[in-house]
Amino acid sequence: MSKHPETASGTLLSISDVERVFGGERKLFGGQTPAVHAVQNISLDVRKGETLGVVGESGCGKSTLARLIVGLDSPTGGTIHFDGEDLSELAKTDRRTLARKVQYVFQDPVASLNPRKTIQTILEAPLKHLTKLNKEGRKKRLEELLGAVNLAPEFLERYPHEFSGGQAQRIGIARALAAGPELIVLDEPVSALDVSVQAQVLNLLDDLKNRFGLTYIFISHDLSVVESVSDHVAVMYFGRLAELGPARDIFAKPMHPYTDLLMRSAPAPGRHDLLAEDASAELPDPYNPPPGCAFSARCAYRTEKCLANRPSANETVGCNASHFAACYHPLASA
Amino acid sequence: MTDATMTAPAQAKKKPAGRPSTVALLFNNTLATVGLVIVALICLTALAAPFLPLPDPDVTAPANRLMPVFSDDHLLGTDHLGRDLLSRLIWGTRVSLAVGLSATVIAAFFGSLLGLVAGYAGGRVDTLIMRGIDMVMAFPYILLALAIVAVLGPGLLNALYAIALVNIPFFARNIRGITLGLSRREFVDAAKLAGKSPPQILFIEILPNVLPVIVITMSTTVGWMVLETAGLSFLGLGAQPPQADLGSMLGEGRKILFTAPHVSIIPGLMIFALVMSINLLGDGIRDILDPRLRAGSLSRPVARTKVIRDPKDIPPPSIEPGVLDIRDMRTEFQIGGSVYKAVGGVDLHLKKGECLGIIGESGSGKSVTAMSVMGLVPTPPGRIVGGAAYLNGEDLFGASDKRVRDLRGGSVAYVFQDPLSTLHPLFTVGDQLLEAIQAHQPLRGPKAKEKAIELLSLVRIPNAPERLAAYPHELSGGMRQRVCIAMALANDAKVLIADEPTTALDVTVQSQILTLMNGLRRERNAAILFITHDFGVVSAICDRVAVMYAGRIVETGTTAELMENPQHPYTAKLIDCVPVLGQPERRTDAIEGRPPVVNNLPDGCAFADRCPRVQAVCRTGQIDLEMANETRGVRCLFPMNMEPRDVKTS
Ligand SMILES: Nc1ncnc2c1ncn2[C@@H]1O[C@H](COP(=O)(O)OP(=O)(O)OP(=O)(O)O)[C@@H](O)[C@H]1O
Ligand code: SF4
Ligand code: SF4
Ligand SMILES: [Mg+2]
Repeated sequence: MSKHPETASGTLLSISDVERVFGGERKLFGGQTPAVHAVQNISLDVRKGETLGVVGESGCGKSTLARLIVGLDSPTGGTIHFDGEDLSELAKTDRRTLARKVQYVFQDPVASLNPRKTIQTILEAPLKHLTKLNKEGRKKRLEELLGAVNLAPEFLERYPHEFSGGQAQRIGIARALAAGPELIVLDEPVSALDVSVQAQVLNLLDDLKNRFGLTYIFISHDLSVVESVSDHVAVMYFGRLAELGPARDIFAKPMHPYTDLLMRSAPAPGRHDLLAEDASAELPDPYNPPPGCAFSARCAYRTEKCLANRPSANETVGCNASHFAACYHPLASA
Repeated sequence: MTDATMTAPAQAKKKPAGRPSTVALLFNNTLATVGLVIVALICLTALAAPFLPLPDPDVTAPANRLMPVFSDDHLLGTDHLGRDLLSRLIWGTRVSLAVGLSATVIAAFFGSLLGLVAGYAGGRVDTLIMRGIDMVMAFPYILLALAIVAVLGPGLLNALYAIALVNIPFFARNIRGITLGLSRREFVDAAKLAGKSPPQILFIEILPNVLPVIVITMSTTVGWMVLETAGLSFLGLGAQPPQADLGSMLGEGRKILFTAPHVSIIPGLMIFALVMSINLLGDGIRDILDPRLRAGSLSRPVARTKVIRDPKDIPPPSIEPGVLDIRDMRTEFQIGGSVYKAVGGVDLHLKKGECLGIIGESGSGKSVTAMSVMGLVPTPPGRIVGGAAYLNGEDLFGASDKRVRDLRGGSVAYVFQDPLSTLHPLFTVGDQLLEAIQAHQPLRGPKAKEKAIELLSLVRIPNAPERLAAYPHELSGGMRQRVCIAMALANDAKVLIADEPTTALDVTVQSQILTLMNGLRRERNAAILFITHDFGVVSAICDRVAVMYAGRIVETGTTAELMENPQHPYTAKLIDCVPVLGQPERRTDAIEGRPPVVNNLPDGCAFADRCPRVQAVCRTGQIDLEMANETRGVRCLFPMNMEPRDVKTS
């Protein structure tokens, strides 16, 4: 499988051929525990200052990928480079250096805050461990952070359960920002929030990105949200990339039948005709993956070829040379 | 004994183990309060032993041996060596308490440490520690203690070590389980990313969350440890003569049980009082610190919501009632001193085959509305305080418990957001479907099975006959939700109440389920009350919508009318902030602020603080839901695209 050119200017994060297998350890009395490929053959680049949106159904490996990128987990194959440095190596040897550069915002805003700590203690932790600020400096930075995420300073003394979801997520974002990272991985940052609050948080994220020159990896199952924030989009299916390219191209002219399916299933105000697949359309068995295209069971365009061989991630290249789809019979190919 | 001083701090620490409300809660529990008072009395007396005018407990006076209770100078009499029993009792209690408590502290410290490390480190460390613990636990408990004392030699201190040691596994196992669960929580990952080292995470992040469990375990084991100390001393392995402790006093009295029963009865009573009161107190502490046991937080309602309404003030059914007709329903939660008006007067009606959507932000009262209809809101703290719900003209709030049980899952069926909370993990899908069918129909054997297969095919589950044998965890989320819908349809429900049935599902699966539900209501003419927070979902399935805010309906209308021409400013804003595919620039506006808490609703319009059109009159009096026609209505003084109301300031 060919890699994307790693030398591309302005590349901040470069993932090449990354794989994460769970299970598969040798058992005490011979044999192996069953193995699941949570993430497989993923190669993509994230440029400085852009937002990469990652979409896909639950269980397609989005969060596994996110954990690999922030170093909470390490890949069983392939490499991840951040600014030219081997990220997985860094995670093992010097996790604090990595944490200064790459941060994470969690899906469940309340569960990611320790219920027995005040907001002050929670926000001070990264400042204490990741920066060289003294007490005065930390106090100043704390005020800056709260200002940046629009929270009143009196919140510092409170406990997480006293906050609404939207406020808790702002605290999560402030924590991620604390040490001045370059890349923030946002794992479904607005999925647990009401639409009314979702817009607040999305606007805040936009604002912070411009102000601090951040790079985002934005994971979500909600296509409309991803469309509104992303420069590039990666569509994942069953642990692999189904489609990758500039957001505009993907949403205007999806090439992979799966992307198309996702777009047509998304409910929208004023839309009555939802596309519904057959009930038999199920995800393939992860312990027993099909030899060909993983989407073939649900695909209306499949041929013999799809069943026998697996299309590579860049099987089809769109009009735009950076638009790829893992499909033999793409929908809107040039 | 230096250990005796431990009594005070250990006792004192237990009581305020949390926020002040914890103490108040403890005093609410009568048994625990009784326990606390007795424990405190005993401890204070034991502590004060050196200052009390007591004779030396160890001085023998053979001339005065075996004096009965209430003799002069010896309130509780004397033992076989003429020693004052009262003095020995108090000093002995002091020793027993000190040993029991120290053993608890030691066992808690080492046990918790092992448990924390095993639970957090996982892998090999965990296996190693837990196998070691298993080995200790493999020996019968008291045998092990005896063996240890036998090796170390009899003596109070050795008895203490033995008791502490045999109790370590108990703590280790408990704490390990909790730690394991906590280590997988997101805040632990967050701490890693904040640059904390593993020991810092373990002791600064996890320990505070484990502490209540340690306290609970301590408070429930301390009584046993006191008893075990007494046991070892009774066998002559603990306190050595002449030192008094409750167990050895009992042991000495045993030989003269018939001639001078008071010598053994007195320490026996003391042991009983002590252990009993400690356990009562311990149970009280556990109840308070264990949030699962707190009233009202049980997620599954048990019986039926209490209805407290004025019998003279029951609203009559609407003129055109339809299948389900809810009139001015009000549901409240009484928590502590405040009353949360979760549902504050809701009117809804559903015709045959109609789908009505209820939409609103989190906490607006959608679920409580849905649950109130069939009395599924847990009491306490919930209760229905007014209004009526008519099912085909029958008042559900006035019906008997039996009648409501028959209707639940029969004429009215529920589908919840999380299918796993409806399906029992240990029974097959087939068993659960059969149960749902047989609860309301006299079908048996193959007939019932046929029906189950028919239901599964109805919700388009492929190869239904085989799927009957599947367990819930073997099905995908979408499949599970289909099974729940099949169960809801088992008895030809006339009304289906679906509380966010697709929120936890992927978009592709969501569209399948929505299509399925839409088809089913057409085929079976069932009415659906569909709760959601997603306007896209409303558009896809609902004929009419009601928008809820702070426990009330603020706008209602047919889906098309309401979406195209919202009249309430809240509805308009809510629709505006929905991101739409193909319109990436659309997301601009958010609704600032948040909904009011329903225990303290403002006068007038609940939305006033967030409303761009607010005027002074909005904050006074009661604003009604004014219906323009049968389906369309809005609760606003200055609705959008409409003439303002004639405002009567009342
Ligand atoms: N068991 C309970 N004990 C105490 N208060 C409760 C209980 N259940 C609900 N409430 C309160 O009732 C109000 C309405 O809650 P409800 O669950 O109906 O909201 P909802 O609109 O369904 O929200 P969501 O979209 O989050 O499901 C809230 O203020 C909530 O805190
Ligand atoms: S490769 Fe074939 S089966 Fe797979 S998505 Fe493309 S057309 Fe469908
Ligand atoms: S009544 Fe007044 S405050 Fe309430 S929604 Fe209408 S205009 Fe706004
Ligand atoms: Mg709800």
